[in-house]
Amino acid sequence: MNQNDSVASSFTPSDAVLVLEDGQVYVGDPYGAVGSTCAEIVFSTSMTGYQETLTDPSYDRQIVVQTFPHIGDTGVNNEDPESSRIWVAGYVVREPSPNVSNWRASSSLDDDLAAQGIVGICRIDTRKLVRHLRSAGVMRAGIFSGDTLKDPATGALRSIDSLLAQVRQAPRMKGLSLYDEVSTEERYTIEPAGEFEGKEPLFTVAAVDLGIKGMTPHRLAERGCRVQVVPSTVTFEQIEALHPDGVFFSNGPGDPEQSDPVVELLRKVLKAGYPFFGICFGNQLFGRALGFGTYKLKFGHRGSNRPVKDMTTGKVEITTQNHGFAVDAPIGETVPSPYGNGEFGRVFVSHIDLNDDVVEGLQCLDIPAFSVQYHPEAAAGPHDAAYLFDRFVDLMASAKKGELLNA
Amino acid sequence: MPKRTDISSVMVIGSGPIVIGQAAEFDYSGTQACRVLREEGIRVILVNSNPATIMTDPEMADATYIEPIATPILERIIAKERPDALLPTLGGQTALNAAIALGEAGVLKKYNVELIGASLEAINRGEDREQFKKVVDKAGGESARSDVAHTLEEVDRIVDELGYPVVVRPSFTMGGLGSGIAHNIEELHRIAGAGIHYSPTNEVLVEEGIEGWKEYELELMRDKNDNVVVVCPIENVDPVGVHTGDSITVAPVFTLTDREYQRMRDIGIAIIRGVGVETGGCNIQFAVNPENGRIIVIEMNPRVSRSSALASKATGFPIAKIAAKLALGYTLDEIRNDITQSTPASFEPTIDYVVTKVPRFAFEKFPGADPLLTTSMKSVGEAMALGGNFQESLGKALRSIDKRHLGFSWDGERPSAEEVADLLEQMSTPTENRYLQVQRALWGGASEQQIFDATKIDPWFVKQLALIKQTAMQVREAETLDARLLKKAKLAGLSDLQIAHLRNLGDEGENTIRELRWNYGLRPVYKTVDTCAAEFDALTPYYYSCYADESELRERKREAVIILGSGPNRIGQGIEFDYTCVHAVQELGKNYDTIMVNCNPETVSTDYDMSDRLYFEPLTFEDVMEIYAAEKKMGPVKGVIVQLGGQTPLSLAARLKAADVPILGTSPESIDLAENRELFGEVLRREHLNAPRYGTALSVDEARDAAHEIGYPVLVRPSYVLGGRGMEIVYDDTQLEKYVNRALDEARADTVVSGRLPSPLLIDKFLQDAIEIDVDALFDGDELYIGGIMEHVEEAGVHSGDAACTLPPSTLSDDQMRRLREATLSIAQGCGVRGLINVQYAFMANTLYVIEANPRASRTVPFASKATGVALAKAAARIVVGESIAQQRANGLLLPKDDGGIIRPGQQVAVKESVLPFKRFRTPVGKTVDVLLGPEMRSTGEVMGFDRDFPHAFAKSQLAAYAGGLPTSGNVFLSVNDTDKRQLPLMAVRLIEFGFTIWATEGTASVLRRYGIESKIVDKISTRVDTAADAPAPIEHAEGSVGKNVVDLIEDGTIDMILNTPNSRGSRSDGYSIRAAAIAADLPQFTTMTEFSAVLMAIEAVKKDDYQIMSIQEHARQLFAMERQ
Repeated sequence: MNQNDSVASSFTPSDAVLVLEDGQVYVGDPYGAVGSTCAEIVFSTSMTGYQETLTDPSYDRQIVVQTFPHIGDTGVNNEDPESSRIWVAGYVVREPSPNVSNWRASSSLDDDLAAQGIVGICRIDTRKLVRHLRSAGVMRAGIFSGDTLKDPATGALRSIDSLLAQVRQAPRMKGLSLYDEVSTEERYTIEPAGEFEGKEPLFTVAAVDLGIKGMTPHRLAERGCRVQVVPSTVTFEQIEALHPDGVFFSNGPGDPEQSDPVVELLRKVLKAGYPFFGICFGNQLFGRALGFGTYKLKFGHRGSNRPVKDMTTGKVEITTQNHGFAVDAPIGETVPSPYGNGEFGRVFVSHIDLNDDVVEGLQCLDIPAFSVQYHPEAAAGPHDAAYLFDRFVDLMASAKKGELLNA
Repeated sequence: MPKRTDISSVMVIGSGPIVIGQAAEFDYSGTQACRVLREEGIRVILVNSNPATIMTDPEMADATYIEPIATPILERIIAKERPDALLPTLGGQTALNAAIALGEAGVLKKYNVELIGASLEAINRGEDREQFKKVVDKAGGESARSDVAHTLEEVDRIVDELGYPVVVRPSFTMGGLGSGIAHNIEELHRIAGAGIHYSPTNEVLVEEGIEGWKEYELELMRDKNDNVVVVCPIENVDPVGVHTGDSITVAPVFTLTDREYQRMRDIGIAIIRGVGVETGGCNIQFAVNPENGRIIVIEMNPRVSRSSALASKATGFPIAKIAAKLALGYTLDEIRNDITQSTPASFEPTIDYVVTKVPRFAFEKFPGADPLLTTSMKSVGEAMALGGNFQESLGKALRSIDKRHLGFSWDGERPSAEEVADLLEQMSTPTENRYLQVQRALWGGASEQQIFDATKIDPWFVKQLALIKQTAMQVREAETLDARLLKKAKLAGLSDLQIAHLRNLGDEGENTIRELRWNYGLRPVYKTVDTCAAEFDALTPYYYSCYADESELRERKREAVIILGSGPNRIGQGIEFDYTCVHAVQELGKNYDTIMVNCNPETVSTDYDMSDRLYFEPLTFEDVMEIYAAEKKMGPVKGVIVQLGGQTPLSLAARLKAADVPILGTSPESIDLAENRELFGEVLRREHLNAPRYGTALSVDEARDAAHEIGYPVLVRPSYVLGGRGMEIVYDDTQLEKYVNRALDEARADTVVSGRLPSPLLIDKFLQDAIEIDVDALFDGDELYIGGIMEHVEEAGVHSGDAACTLPPSTLSDDQMRRLREATLSIAQGCGVRGLINVQYAFMANTLYVIEANPRASRTVPFASKATGVALAKAAARIVVGESIAQQRANGLLLPKDDGGIIRPGQQVAVKESVLPFKRFRTPVGKTVDVLLGPEMRSTGEVMGFDRDFPHAFAKSQLAAYAGGLPTSGNVFLSVNDTDKRQLPLMAVRLIEFGFTIWATEGTASVLRRYGIESKIVDKISTRVDTAADAPAPIEHAEGSVGKNVVDLIEDGTIDMILNTPNSRGSRSDGYSIRAAAIAADLPQFTTMTEFSAVLMAIEAVKKDDYQIMSIQEHARQLFAMERQ
């Protein structure tokens, strides 16, 4: 079937080599920093927003493949990063841009990657790679260039087997707890913005940073919220001390099964009756807090074109997604939340992905809490789901007024 | 919520004839819609005046009317068929305007027909400038500052406010017709004056100039539950100022960040909601200021458009098909994505390749036309290519255009500094050569910044062009062409041919490069267009090539037939050839795996639903060979069909055969027999057939000798041409010398040796006052089946593609018909045709002359098929794979006994009329180019008039071709040349009986007076040269003159119809002004006496207003019934 499927196992010292855990090898040119990196390899199908992707902490310890053929065209600027650094463990693209064309650009992506030590590879058949990952599932991989291609002792080029052995030593994503390593160390505050700038906040939100993207507190600030971003190590008492009107759990990297401390924290929040909103990892933690399980998807959902149906309205929104794990909950029925014999009351799956019926949102009926698996803050991606921030604000408003929810 | 149950029949209106700005893409969208509606069990009533369409095939609808898209005719059809609903959003601006007219005339209400897809209110909000501006404001977008005017005085007042430059756009026109950019008051008055005229509401928008901004388009869809998706963003490489149809465009967007793109998407979604497109698609255009990102909304089309066809092909998301389903009440999430079959249509395609569209122009057809590209569309077609990166995609797109000199070339010396300065100056005004100028300037050392300053093409694209040059230079200078460099060259989009030239190996070197490449194992791979960047498995075999590692072709079990399409639409090779290719695909698909190769996104053939496999690839030898080689590895291949896609695939036949590719049907040797003048002459001599005397010439002297031997007037043309390119009727030595010298200038300098052309000019006797006939026929080696005999309405000399013609013929005798049949059989036998053949004949003084033979599908095949109820191309496809005509008669594809070459009493008459694009082409000072028809084909499309006799059918053809059709009273202007004056009096009497008032020039009036016919005398027009518009015309009033010349009378709206037969080409300037003014005023005008006598008959038919409406399904039943009797 593959007429040109000559597995390129020969390479020169000036090449970059991508080795997959199952032995597939791709030879291309070095991109970004020269060196080596080993991690789980995943792909994103977004056509825009590489800068947001690279700085999304949820990509911590992942090598990202871009399906879009040209990357770096608009350079990098100071406004679009979602965090203070690039988080991806490695970067795989087809054609890096030789120049930068955008009025907001302050530097080139190539320089930024090199400066931050992100090892990458370019000019390989990224479509072949993605088709392989789609059918074989995501796996560990390594990118090698420069001296890492050589045996430090002899200076000779290393064999594929030697590179492969190094790849196989990298940890698997399943079983990794990563949110502590991406979370902020200190609490910080985002004040109301936009039309609410300089005004007394309508609400205070405690946002637990498990790998939070900058756009998320911004979306809340735009709606008149003061957002207290707190580290993942925060205690329930510390949250209470902030007197929040609502609590938010962010997106983040890693296996949701390895997150008992934050799940316990969340249960306390829910028991206390705080209005709650979770995104992505926050959705998985919410699922776990309610007593559902989570599982790893074969190749995940990463892109900004996925249709999600809001089961409460029947409407479809185009969403940005970045998740490798998902919540295992029954679709199409309202059930008592499994944890603690229905301690948190009734819950239903509020959103599903229409491509593959994966759970994309949970909503409680008896406590003021809901979450989504995808990214209503977008960045990068469509703004269709921004209404969820309004929902959260409404929830806090109702709670403040002491109204009963869905009574 | 599934589909509506209250709609059981739907009327679909097509887009009518192919014109610039509204082409074959609407056959694609209409065909998709009809198929979807029928699959849903809806009774489909289709109306389209264009017979050369797949949508008007009998199996696409339950009742198909090839009728003028005009309110009175549409009302008759509605009264007869009583549809529940009308779907007007898939037939371009024509269908939308027709729906508005039906609504305004109260017809929809009277017959209780619901408009689905878009309401009249939504159409108005989208198309009316002032209403749309309000929608944009509400959507949080910005419009260019502007105001609406109905008079030139109002225009002036607005410009006082805005300052120059300003853009003028007429309301309710398509393809930007009549719009343009004005930098000063002269330009302003010219553009705005015409714009006010072209707008059906006499309204123009005058807005601030945003030339040089980045231009984008979004294709959106919305369902009744208010779900909206953006199917595809498109980026124009040419900045604002060049119509998007004339721009090189790419998909998706490359030079916007996500923030900017999402802002545009938000505005787009708010606009589709604000306009109220409830179920269907729309296209919105944006401009982005490259300095600060300010976004301006330019316009929207609340319907399926050319861009949506492009977006559908670019992404695999079938917009028209889904629009039709949405109109029936489905929602996006209820519709499956065809390509994955597992995911819903409520998503946004993401693509992992680069799509490039390049326009195809035809300025060479309109000498004198202003080649400047503006906001009014001038291209006649387009090609699209997909590649793994931008350079590869662009290279493939440029070679898909099938215009030899449009690909990048680095032949000859490096341009000098002076030339670079010239080039920089030239490229600052956009023309079709702009990218060649850019590439040459870069080669000559221009900096990327200089290119940007001159063109405002985004620096990202300029850099890519510079990288192509850099790679080309490496190829040129490398000592040896190693595998790595060759691969780099392929990734830069360079063809084997371009590489051969860079290596100084010439045209033949292409073979050397190919062999080298194959030795290196460097072959393209084939990837799938899958809407999802490989995230899901794709089941639809829609492929493009690129240089990468993995090929995604799947093995086949059935034997395959490869059908080569016709490439971009151009004048002379248009939608008709797509029609014949699609027929082959449909028919052969029953027994073979059909593999379609084409690069034209506007077509039905490139719908991934039509064939078993679709390759969206350039139609060059290199690309076709690679497909053949790749497919042979996937399963058995019977061969390649080249005779259905026009000249483009036909010209590959000999090389493909030499490379051991089996050519199905007529062999390359037979093709050569028919196309090569000398060889064809031999065939004719052997069969005792006459050809007009002819000769060939390579130089001025030879041409003069040949012309003297043949006798003037002569017809001169280059050999191997399609659509009569470069043909001219020449009356004397001076004109002949001019022609030959021009041909020498146009031939590439390095091929002209001591004043001799590289290939001969053909010089023929021009047949004056002859009847011209087109015959389409099938031949299987044994039996001949006449598809149709078509008699031209104009006399010989008008290109057969521009002439009106009638089937069955209106004046031929049985004996003449018999002679035509015999001659066609002799030629088909003599040339060894297997499949279709088209022969053009002329009867001059009852002597039969063979003008030319084309051993392939001709552009009249669809018309003949529709007129005779027989699908000729389907039968041809079966003959090509070895079946006989007798078998086709038995299986019902062909008539059981007779054929299309006999006239049955009571048979309906079909008249084909051509539609010409002159309105689009103006000289640099804004005058219309000359409309005189001649041996050079200039029409872009055709319509069919269909009724019980010739006058009625001809009247309908005029109504279909020209808004309003023929006048039945009023003022007619007559000006005929001396030869025609004898035929005039009887016609004039008839006109007066009808109630027309006759206006004539002095000479014509004097003849009429001698016959006792009164006419009003108008001034002669002083000869004006069309490059000096402002030169004041000296006034010489003729005796008895009304004091005005005819141009004044046309411009002030006095004249309703014109007969103006030309003198010889040398003295045509007077006629030119008249014809140009008539075009500008959209008046019916006729340039031959034979046509005008048909007009008189037709006017009589119009006056009676007793048109008959008959669907082509009823017609076919009638014909087959006649045959059985």
